[in-house]
Amino acid sequence: MTGSAAASCSDTSILHVDMDAFFASVEVRRRPELAGLPVIVGGAGNRGVVTSATYEARRYGVRSAMPMSRARRLCPKAVIVPGNMDAYVEVSRAIMALFAMVTPLVEPLSLDEAFLDVRGAGRRLGDPVMIGHWLRARVADEQGITCSVGVAASKFVAKLASTHAKPDGLLRVPPGEVMDFLHPLPVGALWGVGAKTEEQLTRLGLRTVGDIANTPRATLIRALGVAAGAHLYELSWGRDPRHVVPDEADRSTGAEETFESDVDDPVIIHRELLRLSERTAGNLRAGGHVARTVSIKVRFADFKTITRSKTLRQATDVGHEIYQLACELFDSLGLDRARIRLVGVRAEGLRPAADTPEQMLLGAPERGWREAEIASDAAAVRFGRGAVRPAALVRRQHPGPPKGTEQPRQT
Amino acid sequence: MKFRVERDALANAVAWTARSLPARPPVPVLAGLVLSVEADTLEVSGFDYEVSTQAELPVHAASSGRTLVSGRLLADITKSLPPHPVDVAVDGPRLSINCGNARFSLPTLPVEDYPALPTMPSTAGTVAASVFAEAVGQVAIAAGRDDTLPMLTGVRIEIEADTITLVATDRFRLALREFTWKPSTPGASAAILVPARTLADAAKTLTGGSEVTVSLSSSGVGEGLLGLSGQGKQTTTRLLDAEFLKYRSILPPEFSSHAELDVAAFTEAAKRVALVAERWAPLRCEFSDGAVTLRAGGDEESQAEERCEVVFEGETTTIGFNPAFLLDGLAAVHSETARLEMTTPLKPAVLSAVGGDGDAATYRYLIMPVRLPS
Repeated sequence: MTGSAAASCSDTSILHVDMDAFFASVEVRRRPELAGLPVIVGGAGNRGVVTSATYEARRYGVRSAMPMSRARRLCPKAVIVPGNMDAYVEVSRAIMALFAMVTPLVEPLSLDEAFLDVRGAGRRLGDPVMIGHWLRARVADEQGITCSVGVAASKFVAKLASTHAKPDGLLRVPPGEVMDFLHPLPVGALWGVGAKTEEQLTRLGLRTVGDIANTPRATLIRALGVAAGAHLYELSWGRDPRHVVPDEADRSTGAEETFESDVDDPVIIHRELLRLSERTAGNLRAGGHVARTVSIKVRFADFKTITRSKTLRQATDVGHEIYQLACELFDSLGLDRARIRLVGVRAEGLRPAADTPEQMLLGAPERGWREAEIASDAAAVRFGRGAVRPAALVRRQHPGPPKGTEQPRQT
Repeated sequence: MKFRVERDALANAVAWTARSLPARPPVPVLAGLVLSVEADTLEVSGFDYEVSTQAELPVHAASSGRTLVSGRLLADITKSLPPHPVDVAVDGPRLSINCGNARFSLPTLPVEDYPALPTMPSTAGTVAASVFAEAVGQVAIAAGRDDTLPMLTGVRIEIEADTITLVATDRFRLALREFTWKPSTPGASAAILVPARTLADAAKTLTGGSEVTVSLSSSGVGEGLLGLSGQGKQTTTRLLDAEFLKYRSILPPEFSSHAELDVAAFTEAAKRVALVAERWAPLRCEFSDGAVTLRAGGDEESQAEERCEVVFEGETTTIGFNPAFLLDGLAAVHSETARLEMTTPLKPAVLSAVGGDGDAATYRYLIMPVRLPS
């Protein structure tokens, strides 16, 4: 992975750029009076989840994905702000556009972080570290928020480096220093190590990445299975062969909803699936995409989570079609009023609508669901989101939008 | 039960009835075929609760009786027997089959547990076997295969006095064929929906005789049943209980352009060009005066193009079709020259035979276009 000899840091061409406390930072920028205060973004209801928190709030132990009730107990004086997805998406677009100026090899991970491979950008913009500094300055200048940058030879080390540099920093880990950097880290820092795996590793007496590196590969495989064991062993030696893939073909878009309280009523769940399908289709149309695969995610009261997917014969950007498939998938789970905490709908395998042929259907009205939904998109632009929506979504028991957290993501 | 039977007749009857054997029988006895002998006639029958089949053939019977054996095995055995008369006898709990020097002994199944076959409904009329087989074959290709949409997996049979209309559609194409028949009661009128696969299979195999007798259980409620018989064979099938598409209002009343195609040449060209079309990718047909240019493939994929001479009248048109649907229609039109009528690139196009006469000329294969990427 040696680039041109001219650039001094060219052996580390992968950047991981991650906004610091993204949603919260955007909120503070929108409302300057919040600067310096502990700010939490997320659903305010008792089932709300923290989606982002400023470093002032994190000092109290508040973390993303933490139940809001817990965050409130940890930091009672925090200012809780409901999310404003439109604002985040707008900032995200600007950041991604900035990344695209540096290199075409941008792999967005979510709204606020991305991998960049700057191998080809050295001649124009300087070495990877200079590019990292330049990006941080531009983001701060243009968006008024800070970000952190990790620079390394592999995606995985770059991501760890940016985490290490947080907040508002930059860290380069040259190949020769990867082991020194990696091995003192706790096992939880490794990609793919969640609470469960961490527990398994702890039981084996493995607490740091270095411990894993010094465990025979066969032992890890026996303990964790072939895939996970081999994967962790490779990572512990800093080996991560994955490239930065800007591939748009496999992108997906969707939305999910955590209910205010667990729900077992299929009628309510179907209605939520309709709302999420409409939202997903709106995302597709806004991006000029169609998708052939629809998946649903269901999280039960005990946090057990399942996903099911089905592929259409023909790509769609119509909420009604996504909804029908989502309902089919949900109904075929054969749940007997199981208590459900969260449902999600995703459209996968996105492709540009303009170069996707469309098979006409006999007897389909010339102006059908698609046209109705496009008209509702136009109404939303003028009168706000939800100005026109399916009747089933108008008659809510509780006025106003649901208070849970909604996490539209582009991956 | 004991009889001697001619080898080919037995093999044929068993093979035909074995078609209705369920792949995964819900109860073990349904995997069997019933052999029943009375007065020098053998009856072989099978049933899977949806479809029943029964074949009759002459035998030399020494004693009458009724037994049940594994249908799959019986079909395999009779198919492979040497060319000699076959002696069949029930011997206690076993059935023996002797043919030439070959000897088989099969355990029998409890025939008393076998369900009664549905009784043949009353005769509605008769139709020439060859016409019926052709018409069903032409129409059944347009039926859907997705069992979640029962309406689309059937062939609709409309009876109006001495005309029968068959229609099937999977909503991507629709095939329609009319033919005349001899109803037993003048002015008969009915409309039913029959599983396409079963109907196609039955029509194809009932061509032994000159006529096929159509029977229909007339009751509007409960179990609808269609019976088809001819040449010592009879089959019944349950009807689909689903509304059919209101297709007549969808058929385009007029067209703005049409092409006359040499079916063989156009088919060859379409097949060649379609080689580069990825799954579900359209065949682009550019019709202009005197020729159609077929194209498939994309900028980053393989591409193909072929020009084909046609007689074309109307404004120059570019229309996209799923190549498989177009080829199905071309193969079913059964004519040297076909006419393709169009209005706009997003409206249905209709393929029909040119120069045919009588019933054959009534065939219409409607195909929904594919909107081409801009």
